[in-house]
Formats: sequence, structure tokens, C-alpha cells
Amino acid sequence: MADTVVDARGLQCPMPIIKLSQAITAVAPGQTVELISTDKGSCTDVPAWAADMGHPLKEQFEVDGEFHFVIERA
Amino acid sequence: MTTPNLAPVEESATPDARPQKEKMVLIAASGDLDKAWPVLILATTGAAYGMDVTVFFTFWGLAILKRPDAGISGDDWRQKLLSVFNRGAPTNLGLSKLNFAGLGPKMMRDLADKHRVASVQELLELAQQMGVKLWPCQMTMDLMGLSREDLIDGLADPAGAGAAIAEMKQASISLFV
Repeated sequence: MADTVVDARGLQCPMPIIKLSQAITAVAPGQTVELISTDKGSCTDVPAWAADMGHPLKEQFEVDGEFHFVIERA
Repeated sequence: MTTPNLAPVEESATPDARPQKEKMVLIAASGDLDKAWPVLILATTGAAYGMDVTVFFTFWGLAILKRPDAGISGDDWRQKLLSVFNRGAPTNLGLSKLNFAGLGPKMMRDLADKHRVASVQELLELAQQMGVKLWPCQMTMDLMGLSREDLIDGLADPAGAGAAIAEMKQASISLFV
């Protein structure tokens, strides 16, 4: 279970990334944030953002059309 | 949270010892809704990437920064006329095509609302919260007869092309929209 869950369901680009970036800065290094998004663009945007920012993407999965991403703050 | 600089950083003027943030500069030259939207989406996303983002609003783009209640501005009758026909503020921006005297943007805003796309107004406020620097162009303000009071709060001091180039020279992303 992630330390923080960000519910971005229903929101469009760029809001999932914006909310994720805000949540990541609010947790301590080593803690995790789980983002739940229904924006298909998140499937490319989130891994790209996490890789560039250096935050490991620990998990990525889809449940009933909802995309889940678990990111650890570097 | 800073991203590593990809290019070797030249000796900068900043005395700060911390690694410099990457810079992104956007030139918002259009007051069309369909251009204001991507400008602010990119600006906020750049900020989400930990970048130091500056948006320079020039010519028609300055309309994005006008207060909704700016009213008639300027001294010259042509400036006054311009302020009537170029009301500005995010809520009054039109589309570059399929505008249909305001019906197009109305439909686009309704669609955006339905699909939960953040509005230009929301993105503008978000950009400010995220520390994006919003620069009005001094020359455009003079040309159009706009004073600082006709524009929203929280902007950087009006600047010119010289300041914009200085920022762009240091930026890893510079876009003219």
C-alpha cells in the first residue's frame, strides 16, 4: 500500500501529472505515492515523468479501465 | 527534486551553489483560446517537471492576462476601441477557427467542462501557484494602452525582448505559440 493515494480519476491531461508532482513533493524520500487515473495519456506521461525526475516507478497496472501507478520519491 | 542538467552548465551569474534548475520559456503571442490552452498546459507540466518556467505574453497573448473587469483602457481612441473589441481575460478568448461569433468557444468550453479538462482560468491560477513566472510585454502594454491595473495580480514586472532572449539563451525548451 502506498503512503499517499492521488485520485485523479476523471481528470484530463495535464492534471494527473500535476497532482502527482504535488503529492511527490509532499512525501519524504523513500515513501510512495499511488496515482489512479482514467486518462489514457497517463500510461505514457507518468513513466516519462518518473524517469526524467528520477523517481522509481515501482508498479503500473490497470483495473477496470483505471490506471494505477506506484511511484517512490527518490 | 531538481533534475540533473543534461548539458554541461556554464558558469552562471547566480552565486547559488545548488544545481541550477532547467529552464523553459514559452512565448504566448496569441490570444486564441486554442493557443492559450496548450501554453498553460505546457507551462504547468514544465513546473511539474521541476523546471523554472517563464511565460512571456506578447501582442494578442497579453489578452490572457487581462482582468475580466478591465473595461475600456488607453488614452487614444484607437486603444479604447481595441479594448472594446479585444476584451481579453481567459473567459473571453475566442477560437482561431470555427469561432462563429463566440458560439464555437462556448461549445468548446462546455465540452471541456464535460470532459473535465481544466479551464484556461484554472490553469492560469495553477501556474501561478506552481511558481510559473508570467511576464507581460511592456511594448504591447504601451501599444494597446494597458496599464498594470488592467492586468491580473501576481505577474512579474513587464519586460521586453531583451529579457526574453536572456531567458531563452539559458533555456532547454523555448517555444513560440
